[in-house]
This record gives sequence, structure tokens and C-alpha cells, in this order.
Amino acid sequence: MSKLVPPAPLRRAKPALPWVLLALGIAAPFYLGAYDLNLLARFMAMAILAMGLVLIWGHGGILSLGQGVFFGLGGYAIAMHMKLADLPAGEMPDFMVWSGREALPVWWEPFASPAFALAAILIVPTLLGALFAWAVFHRRVGGTYFALITQALALAFATLIISRQDVTGGFNGLTDFYSVFGFGLASPGTGTGLYWLTLAVLCLAYLGLRWLLASRFGMLLRATRDGENRVRFLGYATTPFKTVAFAIAALLAGIAGALFTLHAGVVSPALIGVVPSIEMVVWVAIGGRYSLAGAIVGALLVNLARDAVSSAFPELWLYLMGALFIVVVTLFPNGLAGLLKGNRA
Amino acid sequence: MSAVADLLLSVDGVTVDYSGFKALDAFSMTLNRGETRVVIGPNGAGKSTLCDTIIGRVRPSDGRVIFRGEDISRLPEPAIVGRGICRKFQAPGVLPMLSVRENLALAARRDRRWWKSVGIGIPAGDRQVIEETLELVGLAERADIPGGQLAHGEKQWLEIGMVMATGAELLLLDEPTAGMGPAETSRTAELILGLGAARSVLVIDHDMSFVEQLGAPVTVMHQGRFLKQGSIAEVRADPDVAAVYLGHAA
Repeated sequence: MSKLVPPAPLRRAKPALPWVLLALGIAAPFYLGAYDLNLLARFMAMAILAMGLVLIWGHGGILSLGQGVFFGLGGYAIAMHMKLADLPAGEMPDFMVWSGREALPVWWEPFASPAFALAAILIVPTLLGALFAWAVFHRRVGGTYFALITQALALAFATLIISRQDVTGGFNGLTDFYSVFGFGLASPGTGTGLYWLTLAVLCLAYLGLRWLLASRFGMLLRATRDGENRVRFLGYATTPFKTVAFAIAALLAGIAGALFTLHAGVVSPALIGVVPSIEMVVWVAIGGRYSLAGAIVGALLVNLARDAVSSAFPELWLYLMGALFIVVVTLFPNGLAGLLKGNRA
Repeated sequence: MSAVADLLLSVDGVTVDYSGFKALDAFSMTLNRGETRVVIGPNGAGKSTLCDTIIGRVRPSDGRVIFRGEDISRLPEPAIVGRGICRKFQAPGVLPMLSVRENLALAARRDRRWWKSVGIGIPAGDRQVIEETLELVGLAERADIPGGQLAHGEKQWLEIGMVMATGAELLLLDEPTAGMGPAETSRTAELILGLGAARSVLVIDHDMSFVEQLGAPVTVMHQGRFLKQGSIAEVRADPDVAAVYLGHAA
């Protein structure tokens, strides 16, 4: 194992797009106002989730229509912490009082600890994603059936949250946060700090995934996507590869959800159900599902467009996104990234 | 050496039942170490089901598959490959988006647990096998193009190369010359004959000229059952075989 030959994708020309994106990301806080920077930071959080879809959908052939679930788990974990952190000792969050609850649910209590909340953001989505993926893939369920099961998962999760208003905040979700880990959310310094944190996580996730996709693990994931039987009958158990990839995508979605909640100041079922989960896939289809940088661009552009269009013509947005999706999938199956640099895995 | 010590594979009274239709019906055969055997039979005789059963893709409802003295008919598929059996599928099963070399690298890896795949590049220990196999199947010049861009015959050779690169002791080649012209077919026969005594090969094919070039003993199947075994000349001369198979082919 001393001398290693780099695989083909790393030896090809260095792409310029990631560097351009990084430069824009670093320049943004010096040119944008607080409102626009906050908006950009939300979209960058979405881009972290989108890169997870490149891993599982683009390279693993696993279409998940339920990434909103993992996004929501991360988002609710940090939101629960902030609800408790702002309270005087012994009190309950406002919505619980309004729902007539007598006491804080036991499973809420540990979220008062920042360390527990952080651990929950990282561990809960990953573990749930791994268990779910293993249970499904182990039974050799895949393709369209898998996509439908993930969609059902998103529906069930959103329904569960709406139906348990007294402990989840119901349809309105959790909102009205004042501070996180001791920093006041109203101060402009916290906003800028959270922006840098999001940029740093985005870069780390990009580098980590780029390495993973170039590794033998990435090669095996693509091989399993294109010929699972061939890989299996070369002696590989294929379920673990797909399960690990899915768990990593769930982890990224959880982190994205937590960061988004910090920027948006709210997490609610409207952000994590079936429709948002499908929108996440649309960002990646438009940006290019084989390309990490493409997925970042897709998440940013679609969300920017959504913001512009839906503030002027709110009822038009879904039609426009649907049309864009159809055009991209039929004419440019590799998305914007495919237009830029040809079909590069 | 006794005959028992030479025995590598024994298919023992295997029945595969597809809800009433018996693709294999109490079928038995044996294969010795280093032996090459051709299995022929008309469409639906159960040749591919035999391969499927040996590699664990299909589970027998009755009977056993004994490989090196061990019943492998209930083992998980990767475990069967781990014991030293690998199969080339009927339709070429190369991985289209991976380069020819990467296809072979996947096959050459011995430790196939997922956490061992977390690393960049082809481990040095595998590279000799990969380069040797590339030479053997004549794809050294084409090593860096995606497997999907190979011509049909080249894909067949690549997959034969992948099966060889796993280091398996028993190679199952399901129609290795399907879609090949006469020149390509001859090269494929040379490739298989060149494997030598270290490997046992079970070949399924329809092409009688290819079977003749291999010059190996032939087992004839019919409707999931064993019909006849012998040299190609003996099998050709057999009236039962002519009735079910060669009669139609000639």
C-alpha cells in the first residue's frame, strides 16, 4: 500500500468553478447588507444538503425524496435548544403553555445542554438515515420504490410534527429565538459570524465529499449504481456502501437544517415535508447531480430565483420551478455543471 | 492422487422450482480441479439456472452444491465469491462509467469490506494482477477508457478478465462468445485454453465451432436434467442428443 496511483477524475484539469464560488463567498460579507447576507447564508446551508444528494443520487443512483426529514431533525434539535436556553429555569416554552401542558416532556430536557444539542444535530440524522437505509437496502428494495418510501417518510414526519402541537409547536413550528450559545441573535456580529461558520462548513463538506468521491469508496458507489449485480458477484456486499453514503447525506442534511434554522430563526413542517424535499432534488437536478460545485450553484440559483419570483408573483413559483425542472432534465440531464464542462463524473 | 482429491465442484441432485416449472430437475454433475467443461443444451435446458444456483443468485429447493468439500448452497453471494467462484454474465456486465483498469481493480481487490475502500487509488499490491490481466485479455492499450465505450467483444473479454482477476479457482463463463465474429471467438477460445491447470472453467455456449476449439468434455442438459456427457465427437454421434439439440441446430 505504499505507492498509490491517483484515479482518473483527480488527474484531469482543475475546475475553476469551485474557486470562483469560494471567492464570491469570501467577498460577500463585505458587499452585502445584513438582510441579503442572511438570505445568502440560508441558501448556503441548503447547498450543504444539496451536496449530499450529489453523493447518493448522482454517484449512488439513490433518489431520496425525503431529505427534508433529516434537514428537519437537525433544525428541530437546534431550535429545541434555543427555546430552552432563552427560558428562565423551571419554565416551559411559550407554545407549551398555550397548549395547556403541565410540564416539559422528558425528551426535551437534555436539549437544554448545548453539547447535547450539538451531538443530537450530528448523530440523530446520521443514525436514523443509516438504520432506515440499511433496513430498506438489506431487503434489496431500490430504485423507484426507495424514492416512494422516502417520500412517505417525509409525509409521515411532517404529519407527526403537525399533530403533536403541544410538544413540537405544530404547524407553526418553533420560532422566536433570542440567543444561541450565549450570542444574541439580534446583533449584526452574530449574523456575520454565522455566515462565516456556514461558509466554513460548506467548504469542509465540499472537500470531504470530493475526497470521498475520488476514493475507492466513490468508485464502488458508482459501480453499484451502474451494475449492482456485477459488483455483488465480484464478492462485494453492496448494502453497506449504499447505507454509509445515505447516512453521510443524512448527516449533511441535518447540519444544513441546523444552520438554516439559525439563519431563518424558524423551523416548521412547511420546510421539511414532501414538497420541500422534492424541491431539494430539483436544485440538484438543475445544478448537475454529478457535480458538487454544480449542486451548490443549483441550490443558490434556484433559491435566489424563488425569492425574487415568489415575492412578486407568489402563485407563479411552483409552475416556474416545474417548467425549469422539465427543461433541464430533458435537455441538459447533467444540469448546469454539464453545460460548463461536459459530462464529468 | 485419488479422484476424490481432485474433485472441485459437485452439483448434487439440485432442483430449482419456479412455482411448478422445474428449471433444474434433480440435476447432478461434477468438475475436477483444472478441468474445463462445456455445458450445452437447447434454450430453456437450465444452463443459466445452473450458473445462478452455483453462485447463489438462485437457491435450490432440493439438493446441494459442494465446492471443495463444503456445501455452499446456503451461503450469501459475496461469501461464495470469497470461496473462489466467479461468474461472467450472459450480457456483458462491465461497469460502463469506470475505466477498463478500474473495472479490473474492483475485481482484483481481495479485501472487499466497505471500510477498506476508504482510500485513494489502486493499492500497489493489486497492480501486478491488473496489468497482467490487461495484457492477457488484450486491453492494455485501452486501459484508461470507460468500460462502456468498448466494442461488444472487448466488453466480453474485459468481463472474462474481471472474473480471472478475482483469483477465483472456478470460473463460470455464461456465453462468453455471444455476439462475436469467428476471429474474436477463436481469440476467446485461446484465452480460456491459456488459463492452464490452475483454474477450472465451466463454459456455457451455443456456438459449436467454439466448443470444438475448446476441445473440452461436454455435458448436455435437456429440460433441467442431465442428458449426456462425453467428448464433442461422442456427443455429436449420440442419437438422444441429436434428437433434442444438434438435430435442431444442424
